[in-house]
Amino acid sequence: MTNKVAIISLLAVGFLLASAPMSAHHGNAGYDFTATVTVKGTVTDWIWSNPHCFLKFDAKDEKGDVAHWIVEASNPPDMLHAGWSASTFKAGDEVTVDVMPTKNGKHVGRIRRVILSDGKVLGGGGRYVL
Amino acid sequence: MVNCRMFSTIGLFAVVVSVLVMPPVPPSLHSQSAVPKQSGDSQNGNNGDWWVSHDKWNTPLPDKSVYKDKKPAPAPPRDLSGTWDGLAEGGTQAKGPKEFPDDASHKPDPPYSALGKAARMRNKAGEGEEQVAVGDVNDPVDSCDPLGFPRSDLFSLKAMAIVQAPNYVLWLNQYYNVYRTIWTDGRELPKNPVPRYYGYSVGHWEDDYTFVVETVGMDERTWLDNVGRPHSSDLRVVERLHRPSRDILELTVTIDDPKMYTKPWVASNKLTLHLLPADFDMGEMICSPSEMSEYKKLVADPVAGDSK
Repeated sequence: MTNKVAIISLLAVGFLLASAPMSAHHGNAGYDFTATVTVKGTVTDWIWSNPHCFLKFDAKDEKGDVAHWIVEASNPPDMLHAGWSASTFKAGDEVTVDVMPTKNGKHVGRIRRVILSDGKVLGGGGRYVL
Repeated sequence: MVNCRMFSTIGLFAVVVSVLVMPPVPPSLHSQSAVPKQSGDSQNGNNGDWWVSHDKWNTPLPDKSVYKDKKPAPAPPRDLSGTWDGLAEGGTQAKGPKEFPDDASHKPDPPYSALGKAARMRNKAGEGEEQVAVGDVNDPVDSCDPLGFPRSDLFSLKAMAIVQAPNYVLWLNQYYNVYRTIWTDGRELPKNPVPRYYGYSVGHWEDDYTFVVETVGMDERTWLDNVGRPHSSDLRVVERLHRPSRDILELTVTIDDPKMYTKPWVASNKLTLHLLPADFDMGEMICSPSEMSEYKKLVADPVAGDSK
């Protein structure tokens, strides 16, 4: 995050994605639409199911403690439409996740974008916030 | 996980926001082209071969660019058969039906009666301008109660398939795994039906390319749309399905509920659906109570909860 153009375009994309509609399953009110938090970690599980797929991964915080994160995407057909699949992640993968955080600061959020261990970038390609 | 660099980034972001002056996304920005292409999109039509090389199982709906260069062909008469893509031209309708969204554009509300307005306020949605905190949402689909009709037209209209039999037309809806039977055997609509979630439907051909469906008797426990517009069991819905060419279907939905609204209103006006390949396999979008419960425990409740 040292390149200003990259930061602006990333945040502009993040803001555009944040403005996209979500389904009614749980509502938007708990999320901080304007923020992005980037977290690096190791995948522990990738749940490919309704109503929303979600990724579990462990990250080390500044103190060196392990934080267990859960970040959500959309439902499987939407994710297929955006180029993801049930086999996009496996336990042990190193990932970098741009997260839309919650207002309460817990280790949950929405995936805005993810960089896989091979460098491939997956982001929003459909209607839903990722 | 927010550190000092994030604060300065967020500060920079605030500048960017004020420059961009972005309201919540208007419908035109929901198209694929507004979002930067990522490498994961390659299977969805960017190379022009999608019509030949798409997956045959759980076929993803394509990027709408695949429809751009399709050569028009005449529609077959009195035939809606096929699998259709509602997603490409805005079938998601997360903030309400296309003609009456509940978003920052602040378009007029549907013509509520006093009863209708009160019923609207009792429906607490997690989406739209009146959205409430997660814990207060009372949307029936959040507990996998039936989606109902016409919400299956006015929300999350993604892939759907139409099968025509001699006496009825079947509408198979990807979202929520819904089927609707539209009787074409000439029967009359029932006079005082016991309400049911998807109502009672009859259909007829107005001309060789326009199929008109009338539906009555819908259970009032369902929402009309995703932002909590209400309906009573007096609701009558008219759908017009017009096929101007082989690959295009236009859906118009008129809401007529004298209890909840002072006059009929058009919720969907020629929403365009594109014909999909004959081997397109609609992936499941089933509301499973156990999956929903797990999701709420792991994701939705932590997102919501802090003042417990």
